[in-house]
Amino acid sequence: MAANPMSQFEVYRIGPEIKIGAFDISFTNASLFMVISSIAILIIFNLGSKKNLILPNKIQLLAELSYIFVSKMISDTAGSKAKPYFAFIFSLFMFVLFCNMFGMIPYTFTVTSHIIVTFVLAAFIFIGVTIVGFVKHGLGYLKLFVPSGVPIVLLPLIVIIEIISYLSRPVSLSVRLFANMMAGHTMMKVFGGFVISLGIVGGWLPLSFSVALTGLEILVAFLQAYVFAILTCIYLNDALNLHH
Amino acid sequence: MIKKIFFQTIFFNFFFLKEVFAAESVGMPQLNPEFWISQIFWLTITFGILYIILSKLILPKISANLELRKSLIQENIEAAEAQRKDSETKLKDYDEIVLKSKIEANNIFNDAREKVLKNINVKKENLDKQIDEEINKAEKEIDILKKNAPRKINKIAIETSSEIIKKIIGAEVNNSSISAIVDDLSKRNGNKYYGN
Repeated sequence: MAANPMSQFEVYRIGPEIKIGAFDISFTNASLFMVISSIAILIIFNLGSKKNLILPNKIQLLAELSYIFVSKMISDTAGSKAKPYFAFIFSLFMFVLFCNMFGMIPYTFTVTSHIIVTFVLAAFIFIGVTIVGFVKHGLGYLKLFVPSGVPIVLLPLIVIIEIISYLSRPVSLSVRLFANMMAGHTMMKVFGGFVISLGIVGGWLPLSFSVALTGLEILVAFLQAYVFAILTCIYLNDALNLHH
Repeated sequence: MIKKIFFQTIFFNFFFLKEVFAAESVGMPQLNPEFWISQIFWLTITFGILYIILSKLILPKISANLELRKSLIQENIEAAEAQRKDSETKLKDYDEIVLKSKIEANNIFNDAREKVLKNINVKKENLDKQIDEEINKAEKEIDILKKNAPRKINKIAIETSSEIIKKIIGAEVNNSSISAIVDDLSKRNGNKYYGN
């Protein structure tokens, strides 16, 4: 029987066990792929920004197109006030994108398929956006929970719903990415297992399905990174331009 | 939007809870907290370093590159526009010069024609005058000749008549009587002979 489809998500230690106090911070395969993704991003964008040619070469064009893509995304959703957060959203988008994409290579580990990673990112965004909102608007930021034009009778209910929806933002943000990544990779693994168990006679069908799924998963990898970044922009927009 | 997120959240929470219960039996590595601290630690480190390097070193460079190229292209477009305008004015000047020189050439041609015509007229007049003078002179000479002709003819006629008379008659005839006859004849028939 094929290996457990969940075994691809196992985290194991690489090298010695490192402990600070009671916490185990050993270098794992997850850490390895975080480092690989970051280094890949840095190499590509460093090469892309090294020379300034009037006619950009391929890698420079790649870097500049991603820069324009992200900056357009931010200005479209959060306006010009979000410019100071550009570098953060750019790094976030690139990090998630590269982690997703590296996960598409066979025998690699998908960092973003772990709820703890996506949740830490989402929680950081949530806390950061909340702080930005309170710094920009003071207690007026609480008006976010009181939509205008709502009948006074419904107001308590609406406020409760708004607060719940606000508090569930980090969960929805993190679970969306994590669940997409995990489901896609599990499905590919399951179909891969079918190829082996059905053998040379019947294995072609799941194999072709697996090939198609690979394309779909690459699309999903990009799309989820995009959704993650654009939702961050939308939350930031709520905090920067309070209009309710 | 918020409503959508709300329902999505509920849905995903439900999904997530189901996964939690499933994890107990099958074993989801994601829910094994053994390496959570390690993952948080390494995520913070790598993402922090990535963010710092991107925001401090790489993104400003890309932004500067883009700005530089944009301004360069803008400058080039402006320069091209200026050169286009320049060439347009030059073309206009050229057209003007061509037009002016055409008019000038036309003027020169007209002048030359007039001059030539005047010369021709002057010469023609001179020639006409000369011809008139010559004609007048010739007419005067002819008049003189005409006036002199009857006298000479009369003289010849008298001489020949006296010779003829001498031969025929053999006697000398008085010239004066012959000349009287000739004069009388020439007076009578002069008009017939000289056409005056």
